[in-house]
Amino acid sequence: MFSHGSESLIKQARDIQEPELQKFYSRLTKLLQGKDLGLEAVDSLQRLHLILSATKFTRKLPPELHTRLFALTSSPSEQLQILSSAVLRETLPLCDQEVNYTQITPSLLNTHASGLLLSQASSTTTLSPFCAQLVRSLENRHSEAPSHSQTHTLPILNSVLTHSPECLTEEHVSVLSKKLVDWLRYASITQVTSPGGFFSGSRSRQPGPIAELDGTVSGDFFTVLCVGLSFTDDQWMNVYSFSMLRNWLLTYYSVSNCNTTGDTAARLQCSLSLSHSHSPSNDDRSVDGSVISMVSATSSSSRLLPPKERLREKSFQYCQRVIEQSDRKAQKRADAELQKACLVEAVCILDALCLEDCSLVYRVFPCVKALYGRLSSDLSYARVLLPIAQFYLNHGEMAAVDCEAMWQLVFSRFPAELFNDSLLAHEFLRFIRQNIQNLPLKVPQYTRFFPNLLKLLAWDSPTLVDDYVDLLPSMVTTGTAVELLHTLLDLPCLSATLVLQQRSVLLPITEPSARGLQALDAFRNPNFRGLFLFLLRGEAGSGDTIDRLSVLHELLAESADWPRVVQCAQTVPVLLHIFFNTIIKVADEKLLAQLILVQLERSSLLLNVPNYMNEIHRVFSYHLLKLCKLHPSLVVDQSHDLLEFAGTTSNVYNKEELYTHVVWVLGEYLSLSCDSRCSVRHITSCFEALEAVLFEITSSAPPPGGVCPNPRVVTTLMSALAKLASRSHDLIPRVSLFLSKLRTSSRGGSVSWCSDEDDLVAIVTRGEELWSLLKTPGVAQSVLTPPAHVTKPQWHRDTNVAAPLQLRTLTRLTQPQ
Amino acid sequence: MLVNFSGFVHLSRDGAVFPDPHGVRGECAGARDSRVLYSRVFGPNESESELNQTQERIPEESRLLQKERVAVVARQVRSAVSLSRDASGRQLVEVVPGEEALALQEADSGVVRLRMGQPFPGEMSALWLSVLNVGFTLVCEPHDNLLLAEGTLRTLARLCVEHLHMLGQGSEILLKSNRVDFLLSRLLPHGQLLFLNHRFAQSLEKETPRAPHTCSTVEAS
Repeated sequence: MFSHGSESLIKQARDIQEPELQKFYSRLTKLLQGKDLGLEAVDSLQRLHLILSATKFTRKLPPELHTRLFALTSSPSEQLQILSSAVLRETLPLCDQEVNYTQITPSLLNTHASGLLLSQASSTTTLSPFCAQLVRSLENRHSEAPSHSQTHTLPILNSVLTHSPECLTEEHVSVLSKKLVDWLRYASITQVTSPGGFFSGSRSRQPGPIAELDGTVSGDFFTVLCVGLSFTDDQWMNVYSFSMLRNWLLTYYSVSNCNTTGDTAARLQCSLSLSHSHSPSNDDRSVDGSVISMVSATSSSSRLLPPKERLREKSFQYCQRVIEQSDRKAQKRADAELQKACLVEAVCILDALCLEDCSLVYRVFPCVKALYGRLSSDLSYARVLLPIAQFYLNHGEMAAVDCEAMWQLVFSRFPAELFNDSLLAHEFLRFIRQNIQNLPLKVPQYTRFFPNLLKLLAWDSPTLVDDYVDLLPSMVTTGTAVELLHTLLDLPCLSATLVLQQRSVLLPITEPSARGLQALDAFRNPNFRGLFLFLLRGEAGSGDTIDRLSVLHELLAESADWPRVVQCAQTVPVLLHIFFNTIIKVADEKLLAQLILVQLERSSLLLNVPNYMNEIHRVFSYHLLKLCKLHPSLVVDQSHDLLEFAGTTSNVYNKEELYTHVVWVLGEYLSLSCDSRCSVRHITSCFEALEAVLFEITSSAPPPGGVCPNPRVVTTLMSALAKLASRSHDLIPRVSLFLSKLRTSSRGGSVSWCSDEDDLVAIVTRGEELWSLLKTPGVAQSVLTPPAHVTKPQWHRDTNVAAPLQLRTLTRLTQPQ
Repeated sequence: MLVNFSGFVHLSRDGAVFPDPHGVRGECAGARDSRVLYSRVFGPNESESELNQTQERIPEESRLLQKERVAVVARQVRSAVSLSRDASGRQLVEVVPGEEALALQEADSGVVRLRMGQPFPGEMSALWLSVLNVGFTLVCEPHDNLLLAEGTLRTLARLCVEHLHMLGQGSEILLKSNRVDFLLSRLLPHGQLLFLNHRFAQSLEKETPRAPHTCSTVEAS
């Protein structure tokens, strides 16, 4: 078997013994001394590479072997170059053989050897001279060395710049900018007529003009979207230049920003606000708008511009041409894909150019706008439309363009129709993340689109949950909170509905669904159409939720074990935590009260995904506690609904987590010290409701087939009753009576409502403690409802109310000698 | 534009569905069954920003760090692939020799967001393509052109499958990794994504040597 074979190979390579390895090294050293290195050498080098790379620990080679391998990196055979540099990449450079980067002539280095040098360069001090050499070799490339060895210099330089942009000096920037202009704009426009292409072996010799992707003869300068039978050196450089152009623009921009402090501030301001230009002449232009700047576009004096400006000018022309070329119908499918990639690149480059030089916006915008007009109706170009949206977001204001249609397209149609395109989802969410600061300002309707945005998450939860962890806070506002909470809770339903939507498209209505999906029939049934349409709504504002949720959950019952739905349900608790943590910072008490009601109401209205309900109850409980702790008066406010929940016996059994917390909250915060509106009537009615439940669950066996109530629920109920009684002393006899009855009835050692003996003992002990405490009502009140100054942090400093003192009093009370 | 590394992650053959009981983002139960068959990191071992923080790091450590990073990406991608397969309910089918092209056409693909520091110092996107039991991953910088990267990854995967018989019974990729190095040096030179139209791609492919189908073992002595 494949995997078995590779496993044993890796094992062999890892387990190789030291003596055996040394023998192998010396044999290989000897072998490499020979003049003609044949298959045996190749084979041994391949084995050596596997041995070194299979382990994460570094193996060192004998110096002689190391030196021979290093020499091999400049062997005429490319296979040996590749193998030797691959082997050396897996080990460490020899200490005394530290490469002197200043003495390297890059034109003499092949691509594999330079890659090796780069991978082992240890710091900027070594990289800077290397970078300088690379730039110099590009500058002199016409006079020196065979030209075909040069093409790799550009990507290597790009790699250096990405890792250590500080290697770049202002001088390098102008040299490279000049060269890039040449390659981008002035590559030959004929097919190769003589040998000397990038790769040897091209047999074609026919001269002739290059062609466009649709086969017509090209009438303008060469770009990556031009085809010929084979390519000249400068055409290859054109490809390399365009490929690295964006990174180059971004890098040198950052370098110039660091080096030339003079106009840094102006540029920075320009890129931030996009409303100022950095020179007076530009200011004039921006006042008069696009007409004048279009005139300046036609000026042919670009040769007189400084290198950076000239590169900007030429890049603009190149992008314009690429955009125009992308409208041609490509003959090959791969080329059609390339056209899209080129459009993305071109728009991103134009965006970078405009960020750098605001005055370009007026010239560039018509071009981007026309592209948008061309593509906006075709969703297969969605991934090209995203960079266009970014462009609109960055420059739309300055160009005074109405972006409304753009936002409708991006936020309304993309998620609704392309939710299953994982790459689009990734890029779309990255777009939002990158602009999260100014998106809500520039696109005020952004938060209204959250039902649509959540479709992406509902479809591919595991991959995208990370993005939503970052994005969800931006969607939580006081206006959207309640609807958003409902929507999050119904996210698994949305997930199931998206699956159904897709299936209903794939399976024609006439064909009876083979596996008899009832949910699919329901989805197609006009009676339930409204329910599904609500889930699939694109914008918020049509109501927080719907009446017939339970019907919807029944219809979707069979989806509870669909993997996509289960995965989605697993992400909901995470998002709920984020939701509550965010809303607690912005909401007023009225809204928080409303959220508590939603929690109580929705605690039983959830799709029946295994374990989903328990997880949600856990989140609800945690945040109920947090909310009430922060705003204790919420409990008095909402006492009616909380009591209704706490007074329902069935909640003890099927929502024990949430029930326990609701009871605790009532016992803790239904008190005059928390809210002056709390009356004796409140306390008494709460007491009676809880008492009834406690009596019911401790006087009879659990419902048939049910489990015994959780001992924690029982003790929490007892404590809550004791707390309430300590605040209204008339109630004390009733608690005491109950507690004494509890003790009597459990004397036999077993009761029908508690199956575990230890649990019963714990419950009875707790009851006895409370009973003893309530015998001295004054103490009970100070213990069960401590005054505010006791719970404040500094109370432990006061010796009169210190914890040890209170604890000692307690101990004496509860454990009579 | 720079692609930080290109790796090939081997997924276990019988691992069609690995339910993940511990939440969505945890490591998959089956993640241990995957094996990195090939990985390549371009550029210096460590970027300058990292070097400044850890001047003292010895070369062995930075190599180890790199290997661990690759392993982290492999595990994340492994989870993403199995979760995605799970969700779409698609089953793995054994490939019949000669039908590799079909397998490539039907390959699943996706992208995983690698947060800053998990495991690279900056945020990255790991683009993946899963052809039967083999996964191909390309880790891209945030400003990389993902459409182009996707096309490049598909081309690379196709060439690897064709040249190294990766879907077959052999284990050539381990010993013949120099062939992948060769392909990378042309299609992704020093991590640079290239805008290659079909003609450029053809002229590159013309010179790529084809491999005879062989099986090998490691015998060092």
